[in-house]
Amino acid sequence: METIFSLLVALFFTGGIYLMLSRHLIRILLGVVLFSNAVNLLIFTNGRLTHAVPPIISPDLMTPAGPVANPLPQALILTAIVISFSFFSFLLVVAYRAYQDLGTDDTEEMRVAEPANEAPPPMGY
Amino acid sequence: MQRGTFLTFIVLLLPLLGAALAPLLTRWAGGKAGWLLAIVPSLVFLHFLGMLGMVSEGQPITGGFDWIPSLGVRFSWLLDGLSLTFALLISGIGTLILIYAGGYLDGHPQQGRFFSFILLFMGAMLGLVVSDSFLMLFVFWELTSITSFLLIGFDHEREASRRAALQALLVTGLGGLSLLAGLLVVTQATGFNDLSTLLGSGDALRSSPLYMAAFVLVLGGAFTKSAQFPFHFWLPNAMEAPTPVSAYLHSATMVKAGVYLLMRLNPVMGDTAAWETVLPLFGGTTLLVGTLLAVRQTDLKLMLAYTTVASLGLLVMLTGFGSELAVEAAVLYLIAHSLFKGALFMVAGLLDHETGTRDVTALGGLRKAMPITFAAALLAALSMGGLPLFFGFLAKEEIYAALGFGNGWAALATLVAVAGNSLMFAVAFAVALKPFIGAERKTPKQAHEGPVSLWLGPLVLALAGLLAGLASGWVHAGFSSPMASAVAGRAVEVTISTVPHIGMALLLSAVTVGLGIAAYLSLGTLRGGMAALLTTIGWGPDRGFDQFVRGMLHASVGVTRIVQNGRMDTYMTVTFVCVAAVLLVPMILFGEFPAVPVFPDLQLHEWAIILMAVIGIGAVVYAKSRLVAIVSLGIQGLAVALLFMLFGAPDLSFTQFMIETLSVVILALVMTRLRLALSDHRPLGQKLFDMSVAGLCGAGFGLLLLKVTQQPFNDALSQFFNAYSRTIAHGRNVVNVIIVDFRGFDTLGEIAVVMITGLAILALIRIRAKPDAGKAKEIGR
Amino acid sequence: MRTLIFRTAAPFITALMLLLSVFVLLRGHNDPGGGFIGGLIAVAAFAVQGIAFGVPVVRRAIYFHPMAIAGSGLLLAALSGVLSYAFAVPYLSGLWSAPSLFGVTVDVSTVLFFDIGVYLVVVGGITSIALSLEEREDG
Repeated sequence: METIFSLLVALFFTGGIYLMLSRHLIRILLGVVLFSNAVNLLIFTNGRLTHAVPPIISPDLMTPAGPVANPLPQALILTAIVISFSFFSFLLVVAYRAYQDLGTDDTEEMRVAEPANEAPPPMGY
Repeated sequence: MQRGTFLTFIVLLLPLLGAALAPLLTRWAGGKAGWLLAIVPSLVFLHFLGMLGMVSEGQPITGGFDWIPSLGVRFSWLLDGLSLTFALLISGIGTLILIYAGGYLDGHPQQGRFFSFILLFMGAMLGLVVSDSFLMLFVFWELTSITSFLLIGFDHEREASRRAALQALLVTGLGGLSLLAGLLVVTQATGFNDLSTLLGSGDALRSSPLYMAAFVLVLGGAFTKSAQFPFHFWLPNAMEAPTPVSAYLHSATMVKAGVYLLMRLNPVMGDTAAWETVLPLFGGTTLLVGTLLAVRQTDLKLMLAYTTVASLGLLVMLTGFGSELAVEAAVLYLIAHSLFKGALFMVAGLLDHETGTRDVTALGGLRKAMPITFAAALLAALSMGGLPLFFGFLAKEEIYAALGFGNGWAALATLVAVAGNSLMFAVAFAVALKPFIGAERKTPKQAHEGPVSLWLGPLVLALAGLLAGLASGWVHAGFSSPMASAVAGRAVEVTISTVPHIGMALLLSAVTVGLGIAAYLSLGTLRGGMAALLTTIGWGPDRGFDQFVRGMLHASVGVTRIVQNGRMDTYMTVTFVCVAAVLLVPMILFGEFPAVPVFPDLQLHEWAIILMAVIGIGAVVYAKSRLVAIVSLGIQGLAVALLFMLFGAPDLSFTQFMIETLSVVILALVMTRLRLALSDHRPLGQKLFDMSVAGLCGAGFGLLLLKVTQQPFNDALSQFFNAYSRTIAHGRNVVNVIIVDFRGFDTLGEIAVVMITGLAILALIRIRAKPDAGKAKEIGR
Repeated sequence: MRTLIFRTAAPFITALMLLLSVFVLLRGHNDPGGGFIGGLIAVAAFAVQGIAFGVPVVRRAIYFHPMAIAGSGLLLAALSGVLSYAFAVPYLSGLWSAPSLFGVTVDVSTVLFFDIGVYLVVVGGITSIALSLEEREDG
């Protein structure tokens, strides 16, 4: 089970990174979404997979009856999902604003902060 | 804390307090504030004077308190003969300098700032000489470099000032780092991190294998600070500072910090072959180079500055010899030098202030117009020239007594000392005699005697040089002997007096004076010769500094162009190539590949969901239209949600499902409004390269995950949460209990992030495009 | 999107989803659910309403500015930990009490308030994001 998940995680990473290496903002954004899913699955698989029941204790017991799914990665991922969504929205808005102000979605042409052929700094004291 | 300890601490803080008050006082009282502010160092002086009795009996005073107890760092001080003499010189001369600066910069718009800086320096310098712990020593050492930077660059609107300030900061600052390393090595070698224990440790440092490293690093600090050849060039340039600074920092106090350090460490570091070779060698070279360069100058301050370099060289040379007499000579010369050089610098400033020029060839016949100045100058020059009755005479006698009876090495040093001293004699009188005698010259300003604040300082210091010579018995008992004992590391009695004693020393003194008079008379010829020589050489460390700085700038520009070329895809590629390397290289190097996995045994619906995820990823990557991209993004997200559901994580599944829905909605909203290109414009070669980088990263993560999951699993933490979720946190949903209870503080941080992101997005959307957005577009293209 | 059917159904869907979100929030401690999920359901409800009737309607309906809701949520979550000081336990330690209201025992805990804080932050923060992006379409 972990084997096939490792493969899937590898695939998620490959797809995400390939998109992030692109020059176009929207593809980079899509890549970020794939990347965060990849990370979440990585953490999830790290906590070992089980078909067992969710980590919920039945009302008449004090501890889970049998083996349950590992609760710790789930707690980590749950907040991670919400945060990566916030992050994704933020990137989306940044890309949107950059497109509005610069008129391009090509990172190659976004050279306001680091212009090409920048003059050297003054050499005096 | 005892009362005395507390009082000393307050006294050490006093100059800093004065620095804070100085701008206010100056706004209120103008140049007269110098008199008021002089109270601060005079109080410091009186406090330390009160310790003289105890210290001169050979009882060092220590005190302090824990600063960072967990690291064993203390704020502690050590006052023995050496520190106390320095402290008294700093506060005593400081008092006169403040009065002098009040007159010298009277009416200057930034006078308040000047007072502030110089008091800050005073605090730093006092801290430096009384420091016991290494860390404190280093901190104050660097503080003197920084305040010196501020003072040299005081006239910051001139480029020469800025250059000199930066030069001094770089040279002494780098030396400071070397000192820090040296002190750390000393701590490593001996286990001590303060001076008082180190000084009591005898041969511990000398016998350590780390001795050479510590020696070289400490010298790096001392030689840069005390302007030893080839680091001497910053000191003459520092003459760009207002004259009170030159008189105080660059003759009497700060530049002696390096000498102080060497003297301080002499008992534990000296008396080795390296010490007795390197120090005299560098010191002697510095002495010769300094005096020769001094002769070449016509500017009064520069002449004095080069003789200061020479005097520092002489001090280092004497400290290096380390014999009892040499130590005594160094101590006497140090005290004498502080007095006469401070006085002469102030005289030079006074001449500049009253006549408008400091060019020695443009001055003459001022003895009638400025009689008091003349008297002060003459007294100081007599001491510098080492004529009988003056304290400088004692110092010189002792120097010759120390050097004159040696063989080989010492004989060479004697020659160097005689040559250096006679040239210094010539320069002293060139500064103190030439401008006052002969025919009157026309100067930019009509010369007349300066106000009392300007001549008080030089006169007092010059007279002190005479009185100290006359009352040498007291001075020796109070200062010279305790200080020499501290430097030598054992009780030493200085006995020399002004009564001439026929012998080798007197003979050498006479030779020096004779040569000096000859040099004084032929100064013009010497100056021309030196100028011609220097033109022939052409290159010097000063120009080397310029080349160094420019080279650094060019190198930085070049490196920046490469590593920060402004192309996003370069940054991303570098990042992910590194990620792939970090993941794969150790695996390959150590052969830690995962075992060949067993083929997974999954049920049909599980296969279906995984296939769905794979198709989703593929479709996102190859999507040619917006709609396809959005929909396939939703598909892979849904597949992930379903996988969470299948493997016992309903909470995750719901969250993922909601988030995917919202993402698709938001993405659709933004993308319908933007004509963002979706198609990939990368050339094929680039695509293949990116694909292999991505593939390697993916493979790295996959293999790592496989390897990890093949290791035995430690589920202690998960068991803890399962066991205690209901029993102590009263919740049956373990995941939720972890989020809101066990790890509630984390969650608090996370919701704060959500909140901040919301605010940031709101701000981004609210900010309207500025009218000149078109301009940004131009730059962008 | 603003078809008649959708506009007729939207208020009911929204109301039901909001109810569901509160339900999911409150049962979260014992069954699947909790502040994060509940909050997201509420956001989806507002998004549906916004698509059907436009953002101004939603803004009027929730009355407070979404970021104000988020802020109060963060404050509530942070304050729920302050009570710990009164009992000399570390910040954010869960404190429980089971008062009897009208003969029914109700579990009241600081943890519940913390979870409500999480819910409010998610509702406020993400609604704010979604609404501001939707709004641009109109303007």
